[in-house]
Parts: sequence; structure tokens; C-alpha cells
Amino acid sequence: MTRYLGFRLLQAVGVLWAAWTVSFLILYVLPGDPVKILIGPDASDVSPAQLAKLRHQLGLDQPLIVQYVHQLGHLLQGNFGVSIGTGRPVIDVVGEAVGPTVQIAAAGLVLAVVFGGGVALLATVTRFRWLGQLLLGLPPLGVSIPGFWFALLLIQWFSFGLPIFPAIGDQGASSLVLPAITLALPTGATIAQLLSKSLVSTLREPYIDTAWAKGASGGRIHLRHALRNAALPALTVTGLIVGQLLSGTVVTETIFSRPGLGRVTATAVQQQDIPVVQGVVLFAAAVFVVVNLIVDVIYPLLDPRIVIVGSRRRLRRRLETGIEPEAAPETVPEGALR
Amino acid sequence: MSETTRLAPPSAGPEGDVFGATAADRFDDAVASRRGEVRGRSRPARIIAFLVHRPFLLLAALWILVVLVAAVAPGLFHTQDPLGGDPIDKLQGPSAAHWFGTDQLGRDLFARVLHGTALTLGAALLAVVIGLVVGSILGLLAGFVGSWVDTVVMRIADVLLAIPSLLLSLALITVLGFGTVHVAIAVGLASIATVSRIMRSEVVRVRSSVYVEAAAASGNRWWRVLLVHVLPNSGGPVLVLAALEFGTAILAVSSLSFLGYGAQPPTPEWGSLVSTGRDFLRNAWWLTTAPGVVIALTVLSANRVSRALDTEGRRSR
Repeated sequence: MTRYLGFRLLQAVGVLWAAWTVSFLILYVLPGDPVKILIGPDASDVSPAQLAKLRHQLGLDQPLIVQYVHQLGHLLQGNFGVSIGTGRPVIDVVGEAVGPTVQIAAAGLVLAVVFGGGVALLATVTRFRWLGQLLLGLPPLGVSIPGFWFALLLIQWFSFGLPIFPAIGDQGASSLVLPAITLALPTGATIAQLLSKSLVSTLREPYIDTAWAKGASGGRIHLRHALRNAALPALTVTGLIVGQLLSGTVVTETIFSRPGLGRVTATAVQQQDIPVVQGVVLFAAAVFVVVNLIVDVIYPLLDPRIVIVGSRRRLRRRLETGIEPEAAPETVPEGALR
Repeated sequence: MSETTRLAPPSAGPEGDVFGATAADRFDDAVASRRGEVRGRSRPARIIAFLVHRPFLLLAALWILVVLVAAVAPGLFHTQDPLGGDPIDKLQGPSAAHWFGTDQLGRDLFARVLHGTALTLGAALLAVVIGLVVGSILGLLAGFVGSWVDTVVMRIADVLLAIPSLLLSLALITVLGFGTVHVAIAVGLASIATVSRIMRSEVVRVRSSVYVEAAAASGNRWWRVLLVHVLPNSGGPVLVLAALEFGTAILAVSSLSFLGYGAQPPTPEWGSLVSTGRDFLRNAWWLTTAPGVVIALTVLSANRVSRALDTEGRRSR
């Protein structure tokens, strides 16, 4: 286990390095002059000499490979560069923004799990075919509604129509409700789609028939027998779901005028603040990697049928004793979330 | 998913279990399919019968058709000018004269949504084409060449998938600059990883089949095997993905232009129309609702068509 964990940590660091390299390639190698972007299109009165000086100051006159090694060195020392827009260290800009974003993202995730799970469960539990069909029609609708329009609808109904929740700002818990619902819509729909699919296939398993035959109640079968097994495949996409929430904050925080990572990103793109954009990309990749690592580590604990690749010995012992380890549950199709 | 499970052929269902079928079963199958062909209706008639049994799919297909026609020839639906308006008519609700109402300058919103269709759909189409072409080439190479090419391409795809696609698009826009074409390129490039992964897994599946082996053994050049035998047989799921990506691209393009990185003001575009309407949310609900509903319906329809293609493709394989 320790060896497996060490290997996975190393792999995670590798992915982060690669993600940073990709962002470096996108931001510095693609055609486009970072210095021109820096000073903006209006500054036409800057002399070539000043341009060259600025280029030298930022180290942009050096060969790309030198810049790359130089920046990577800074990164390893914990120096993520300086924001062009504000002149503050990127790590401070991103660090300050994480707090408020975590608030709405966590609230959004809770709502998404509750409503997405609820819709999936209700659609498979109900005896009425029409209700099941109706409920299963909701998730495709949820992923098709543009988030920015849905947020405006919420403001129109619950801030202007019925003045219950504030339209903008971040004062208190009531200002958290509408942004969280906006974030939860596509995520909840995705969860409902995955979970209902896996619930339907789980309910066809022979052990469910056994449970019915033994006289278990419908609720017990759905909640204890089916849901526990059906929720496992959905767990594997947690990383993508968190990524979806994170990118949802760009639109949500802009509309509700909340401070946070999404707002920082939107502003940085507007000002073409390359170091901040790179910092946000790296942060998102780090979150994805960490979430996936956690899921991979706890997955065998939740589902003992999964055998970690590293612990071959246990598998061999099982094979020798003649007890075949059961097959892994059906995995979620690749790219299901994109 | 591990390499070995990906390489394994898809598990055979009851009807796909060819090895289990006896000669008599196969004879019956052949007779049945022959009979079906003789008695069966013509192809268009069958498609119509198929659609009539699925009213939502029919509606979705019709909506896509209407939107596509609106993109190519907006004049067929409406003749009002999307850019000029009478300030006296400003901020009027939907009526017989102005189906979607008018905006703050008295311009007809229906005409603006109609003329924005070409820009939004064009950008989404460009994004899908870029993602599809680049992603397919990479996936094809990775799956067909194998060895280190496969490893390198797939590891890069894994890394790209670790970054949320909207953030990847935003990073690309930071460098490329604003404008609808740049937004489309950014959205397209951000979808490469997904396309290449699906293309690769299909190519790996097809490459190990007997007819590809036979084609190679009978002396065909590798590029001929690739283009004539592998590509046509592994394109199905990629086309399903293309329909799905079209919906996703519409959402992404309109989100990015809502944020102000796409078309600049007087030009109508679905996302930026919602963005302009935001300032008049309190007293002119139609300014955001009309383009919002149009976007949602189009994405919903694209997803529905993609799902139908998916289930039909699976059945015919």
C-alpha cells in the first residue's frame, strides 16, 4: 500500500508538471507576443527601445528553453510569478480567491448530489412509468440549459419577482443560495444521468432478486442494496465533477458579482494577465489530480472487490486458493462528462 | 480503465454471440434478414416510421433543420434589419409585430437572434471541425502506429483532460485574443483530448479484427489499410461524439461570448445577446429569455440527435 501510494504521488507530481508545461506551451510558444499583450493595444507610443527593455526585464528575450527552465526553477521554489494587472504575487491572488469559491462550490456540490441522486433514485423507485420517464427527461434538459441564462432566470424570479435572495454580492448565507443552484444545475444533471444508468443496471443483478425473494422492503433494496453498489461508478468521475464546478464559477461569479477564483480568471483573461491564467490552470489541474488520488485510494476501501495493481501478492494468493476475485464493477464510459 | 480491458473486444450480447450460434440459427437469421429485405419498405419510409415512433427525436431533428436554414438564409424567416431600429419602439414586449420584442435601441430581437444564428452556429461548427480533425488524426496515429507514439499522445491527452475545458479555452483566448473565430479555435482545441481518446480506442478495436489482418496480409500498403479499412469502420462513435460536441460547442461559444470574449457589440450573437439583456433584466425579461430559450433548445436537440445516432450505431454494429 505504501509503495502504491508513493507511486501514485509521483505520478500526480508528473501530471502537474506536464499540465504546467502544457500551459507554458500554450501561453508562451503559440504565436503572439507576450510583451505586446502586456502593454495592450492602446499603447502605441511605446518606442522599440522601451519594448526591448521590457522584454529583457521579463526575460522574454532569451531562448524559450532558457525561459522554460528558468520559470520551472522559480516554480519549484514556490514562486508562481507576478500578476501583470496588479503586480502582486500570483500565489496571493489565487490563494485569496480560493476561499469564497470553495464556499459556493461546496454548496453547489451538496445540492447537486442531493438533487441529482434524488432524481435518479426516484426515477428508478417509482411505480408510475410516466413519472419515471418525466424524471429521466430532466437531466438532459439540465445539461442543455446555458448556465449564464439560468443564473439570470434565478435572479429574475427570486431577486426581482419574489425578493427572497440578493442578486449580487457575498453577504451572508442567503447570497450563497442562487450561485450554488446555478453551479449545481449541470453537475446535478450529470450525476443524475450517471447514477440512474448505473442504478438501472444494478437493479437487474441476481442479488437484487435474492433480496426481494427474502422479503426485503422496496426501500431497503433500493437504498441499502442497489444504491451502495450503483454509487461506486459515479464516484470515479468526482475529479471531472469538481473540474466542472470550478469552470462553472467563471460564469457564476461574474453574474453574481462575487469575489473568487472564477472572477479572478475572467479578469485575468480580460487583461491578458498570463501569469495569473497560468496559476489558475495549474490550480485546477492540482485539484483534479488530488481529488483523483483521494478517490483512487479510498475506492478499494469502499469496494473490497477492487484489487490495487500494486498488491499482486494478495491476488496471487487468492488465485492459488482457488477463489477468483470478482470482476470490477462496470466503469463509466470515458469522456462521459465532457 | 486498464490497457488490457480496453484492448479486449466488447463483450458479446445474446445476439452478438456468433460463436454460440449453431448453423441452423445462422440459416434462420439469414432467411429472416432476406425476408425483411424483400418485404421491407424503402429506406426513406423506414426512417420516417422510425421518427414517428419517437416524437421528441422528430422535433429535435426538425428544430436543428430550422436553425440550420436560419443560419444559411435568415432572410427566409424575417426581413427586418437586425442592426437598425426605431428608438420610439424601444423595450417593447413580444407582440405580433415583434415576436421576441425589441431591445433598448428599438431593434427587433427576433431579427437579431435570427442573424446571430449564423455566427454562433458557424463558430460551433468551426470548433467541432477543428477538434474532430486534429483529434481524429492524433487518435488514428496513436491507435494504428502504437508503441511510443500511442504512449506519448495518450499521456498528453490525459494531461489535457486534467484541465477543465473551459479553463483551457480561456487560456487559449488569453493568447489568441478576442473575437468569434478565436473563441471557436479555442473551444475546438480544448476538445482534442476527448476526440483523440475515443478515436484511438475505436482504432485499437478495429485494428485487431480479422479483416484488417487480411487486408495487411494480402499486400496492401499501410496507408491503404488505414484509410480504406480502419478509418471507415472506426468513424461511427466519433461521428456520434461530433453531434454531442456540437451541442457542447454551442454552449461553450455562447458562454465565452456572454463573458465578452466573442463578438463585439452591434454584431448579434446568441451569447452576447443574453449578455446585453442582462442590464435590462428587471423590466425587459424577453431580452435574456428569448435567446436563452433558443440556445437551450438547440443544445437539447443536438444532444437528442447524438443519443439517437449512438443507440442506432450500437445496434447496427
